[in-house]
Amino acid sequence: MKEEFFVSGRNIPNIDPSLHIWHWQIPAYLFLGGLAAGILFFAGLYTVLGKEKEMPTAVKWSTFIVPFALAIGLFFLFLDLKHKMYFWKLYTVIRLESPMGWGAWTLMIITPLSLIWSASYLKELIPGWNWKFEILNKFEVFVIKNRKYIAWLLIVYSAILGIYTGILLSAFNARPLWNTSILGPLFLTSGLSTGAVTIMWMSKNHLERKMMSKIDLILIGIELFLITHLFMGFLASTEVQIESAQLFLGGAYTYLFWGGVVGFGLIVPFLLEVLELRGVKIPAAIPAIMIIIGGLLFRFVMVDAGQLTRYLY
Amino acid sequence: MRYAMAVDTKKCVGCSDCVVACQAENKVPIGFCRDWVVEIVTGKFPEVKVELRSERCNHCKNSPCVRCCPTGASHYSDGGIVMVNGDDCIGCGACIQSCPYDARYSHPEGFVDKCTFCQHRVTRGYKPACVSVCPTNCLYFGDLDNPKSDVSVALQKRKYKVLAPEAGTKPQVYFLI
Repeated sequence: MKEEFFVSGRNIPNIDPSLHIWHWQIPAYLFLGGLAAGILFFAGLYTVLGKEKEMPTAVKWSTFIVPFALAIGLFFLFLDLKHKMYFWKLYTVIRLESPMGWGAWTLMIITPLSLIWSASYLKELIPGWNWKFEILNKFEVFVIKNRKYIAWLLIVYSAILGIYTGILLSAFNARPLWNTSILGPLFLTSGLSTGAVTIMWMSKNHLERKMMSKIDLILIGIELFLITHLFMGFLASTEVQIESAQLFLGGAYTYLFWGGVVGFGLIVPFLLEVLELRGVKIPAAIPAIMIIIGGLLFRFVMVDAGQLTRYLY
Repeated sequence: MRYAMAVDTKKCVGCSDCVVACQAENKVPIGFCRDWVVEIVTGKFPEVKVELRSERCNHCKNSPCVRCCPTGASHYSDGGIVMVNGDDCIGCGACIQSCPYDARYSHPEGFVDKCTFCQHRVTRGYKPACVSVCPTNCLYFGDLDNPKSDVSVALQKRKYKVLAPEAGTKPQVYFLI
């Protein structure tokens, strides 16, 4: 039996709740960042592969979501800050050791990049669109001429953005649930998956839809593999990580994680997509919405549960 | 120079004078604190053991909070004291998440606040507020590079431990056991 209580300090209500410092803003942003990374990755990929004609939704139309997703995500991040008027201090230094510093600078680059990318397709979306200023017209010509190079930048920066959403959490060794290097690839895969199903959902082209569906099946497979490894790693690790895994293996998050994230968000849409590819008529929106909700729930569960885990001493 | 503190868990009576002294000295907002006392009771009555610990920021040598800070507001100051520059802090909470000792809190004005080892006092030759008021003299402070400092002498004489050494933070608050 071990009883622990604080004579002073920690039983003050103002302290302990403030240690659970990240609320809905962070997981919502992590989801939007992952979604943006997923969409931009496929836009860049299919441009580099020269498949703009075969994959119009991936390369062009879906990217119109991204600047909005990133802007909303950034606004959520701003809402999370407690010293809001000092946010610009992020951009006065480059701190290579700090994942959040990396994230801030990545967003600084990828947000305008996504805006430029989708804006260069605006004339195709709205025929007769006029930029009004000559300099913007000239810039558009420049962007269109250099799309291949920008596509490479999109691939690199979307991968950094996708991985960073996981590394942001995994860099905190004080929260054992987050402190695993699998979180980076896992969040990247999940982000790519939500991006792929968004493209699939938006696409009116049968072949493109089929392609994105197949890619998504592979991504879901990788995700299930990484989740299995996540828990194998925890259970083979130190006491604090074994205890944090218990939150999902009988603890408070068991049903939400295995039922909501894995069942509703991965396995059921996986089966629906397989049936759809085999010719059963299922609207693409159904598996897409399930995966998007699953991705959102995954981030909420991870951020929330991680803040319950800690070192024991 | 390397500032450090030793806490004698056998002499501490858990009176919380260190907490109140810190709150008064550093104008800590009401309802918050930079140091606190933990009482751990093990065993089953009547065979029980008690450990009392006055805890605070460990001013780690390998501080995760300094590493995670995106603006450099958390930094190492002279003597290894981990400090927060409130005017550089954006209140993102990364340092609070990264601290295995939960030593930081969000100040009502927005920036993150924590123990400073009373830098404003110790650089002028005084002891930190908590050390100077302790009625049982269970807190020792000083320079580890000086073998004659209070903390060095205490650590030479006694067995000690640090909290969560497995976190790899190399904490500089030692607990005499």
